[in-house]
Amino acid sequence: MKHIFTFILSVLLLAAAALKAEEPDLPAGLEEQSEPDLPAGLDSSAGSAESGITAGTLEPAAVEFSFSGFLEGRYGRRLHSDPLQKDESIGEGRAQFELDTEWEQLSSTVVTDFVYDPVLDDYTQDFESGSGVLDLREANFLYRAGDYADIKLGRQILTWGTGDLVFINDLFPKDWNSFFIGRDEEYLKAPSDAVKFSLFNSLLNLDIVYTAAFDADRYIDGRRVSFFDPSVNGMIAFKQGLPVDRRASWFSEDELALRLYRQFGSYEAALYYYNGYWKSPAGSQNGLATFPALSVYGGSLRGPLSGGILSLEGGYYDSRDDIAGRDPLVRNSEYRFLIGYEHELFRNFTAAFQFYHEGMRHFKRYRDSFPAGSGLRPQDRSLITVRLTYLLFNQNLRLSLFNFYSPQEKDGYLRLNSNYKVSDNWRVEAGANIFYGQDRSSFFGQFKDAANVYIALRWSFEH
Amino acid sequence: MRRIILLTAFVFIPSTVLALSVAEIVKKANAAAYYRGRDGRARVNMVITDSQGRRRTRNFTILRRDSEPAEDFTGDQKFYVYFNRPADVRKTVFMVWKHVNADDDRWLYLPALDLVKRIAASDVRTSFVGSHFYYEDVSGRNPAADKHTLLEETKNYYVLKSVPKDPGSVEFSYYKTWIHKKTFIPVKTEYYDKSGKLYRKYQALKVETIDGYPTVVQAEMQDLAAGGKTTLSYMQVKYNLNLPESIFSERYLRNPPIKYLR
Repeated sequence: MKHIFTFILSVLLLAAAALKAEEPDLPAGLEEQSEPDLPAGLDSSAGSAESGITAGTLEPAAVEFSFSGFLEGRYGRRLHSDPLQKDESIGEGRAQFELDTEWEQLSSTVVTDFVYDPVLDDYTQDFESGSGVLDLREANFLYRAGDYADIKLGRQILTWGTGDLVFINDLFPKDWNSFFIGRDEEYLKAPSDAVKFSLFNSLLNLDIVYTAAFDADRYIDGRRVSFFDPSVNGMIAFKQGLPVDRRASWFSEDELALRLYRQFGSYEAALYYYNGYWKSPAGSQNGLATFPALSVYGGSLRGPLSGGILSLEGGYYDSRDDIAGRDPLVRNSEYRFLIGYEHELFRNFTAAFQFYHEGMRHFKRYRDSFPAGSGLRPQDRSLITVRLTYLLFNQNLRLSLFNFYSPQEKDGYLRLNSNYKVSDNWRVEAGANIFYGQDRSSFFGQFKDAANVYIALRWSFEH
Repeated sequence: MRRIILLTAFVFIPSTVLALSVAEIVKKANAAAYYRGRDGRARVNMVITDSQGRRRTRNFTILRRDSEPAEDFTGDQKFYVYFNRPADVRKTVFMVWKHVNADDDRWLYLPALDLVKRIAASDVRTSFVGSHFYYEDVSGRNPAADKHTLLEETKNYYVLKSVPKDPGSVEFSYYKTWIHKKTFIPVKTEYYDKSGKLYRKYQALKVETIDGYPTVVQAEMQDLAAGGKTTLSYMQVKYNLNLPESIFSERYLRNPPIKYLR
């Protein structure tokens, strides 16, 4: 019996010796000075290990400021020449400054861009369209009114909904010019001058956004990017921008956007309502492009599915200036929906797919009333989008591809971007915006000559 | 025959006793590393050094709340990570609802777009913000995902070997952890690849007792294969702040809870 014990013991010892690992040094704070001593910081008699540097306090400072921003140069050229536009698609120097101020329950944010833009070469200051030397991005106060409400007043960037570069219930202004000419993606969002009330409780949350004077998109107006005009059956551009019947009367031409939302486990559900106007021109009257009245009712759902993220969103666009759908000069009502799915295919490589569809509500009435000639809008339009994102070199290099493709119009838009963080402060970027399609009158096909490549250099700072 | 039965009995009984205590060690180590107090806050300075010696920094404030306040709780948690620096990620917020028995829920808030983005949680062994730490290193790996054995007991440490139950889901074949006997703080972890080669190493560099809890205030992760390392320094650490659960919601992604962040 005894030799069995010896045998097992030696096997266990041998196994232990084979697996014996090198013991790490005790970290500072756990090390033992001499054999029986407790390490510093764990010695019950020495409570002095509590450090004033690492132990926290929660006394709020009276007022706290923080200042940050960036300086950026961006240059791009068209891949095809457009007789109506310059060969440079973008060429600008930009300085952004952000000042954040925090009090107890009140905070304010001011973000302003100073822009030198010899390509557009129009320095008429307009805070609505963002043209001129100064583009005020944000200037707002946020008041935290206790546990159940936040109020944000002033110029602010607003986003909701589940689409990725496709919007159904997000009717806050977009800057399509910035998007097409290769500015940073943050400039797709144009600011709103609004008040946002947010109410919270455990059952439902409610956002109410009121914009006293309609904030249109910074739509393609022919100043930087030419577009197709069916009435002349050709491309047009405007030095001063497309002539529009601008809705700007305070409190009468206003916008209201509501979102009711809550979470169900890992799923986020929301209902939306909008009352205002088409955000980009969607009608014409007396030779001016118009922003007809619009209401939108919608909903969305987003959450995890098989290791990825599923998004569903739908909305009904009620074009209130053409309820019967017979007015060919006002955009018809529409149903819109999207389904999206995003998944990490392998480490640092993510793929996302979306199917988006818009269908005209009264296509027959619209077609029957439409005068002969070109420019009839199709009944249905779908978009298939693919986004691929690859992060390399410790995530300092980001390669991204986004493609829109419409199977009905057989046209599309490919966005390529590579972005490298040289250091904490320096970033270099190169990218392309490629529009393609056979038909000049199709949505993306009309922008073929605006296809461009660009480079950018940015230095950021914070204080 | 009788000898064989005796032998089997002898080998099995102590190993069963051992397995129980290993489970206890693992649970206590998990609690010591990720569950101190019912909630916590720290300001973290992260220095990422790549294989060519170039340094990049991140500075963020992390808030954590356990779903149950019990001292020995090691279940679901919520994390809120607010970035202060560098400038290009300033005011960005990353939020995680960690589920022990399901995929985590993750959100990212991009302030310039006011965009609340949902992030797929598929690979938890992806670099956290470009550092050598993985998401899983920051929020804690589920102990039930691995089979743990006690390799040895040294003067200061329990040395555990952990082998993944699903080897296809991870890049390591096993890892070894040195757990400090008195505090149960994991002081060192070594990751070995499929060929048995050490390629990744975590080490706690400094421990302080804060609010009565021994706390790692400096730690390092080294990539021994590609080179490079990331050092984390924890400042302004505080436990049991009574963080309301509502902080870990969309409301505070858009409007950060300033009083808990500074």
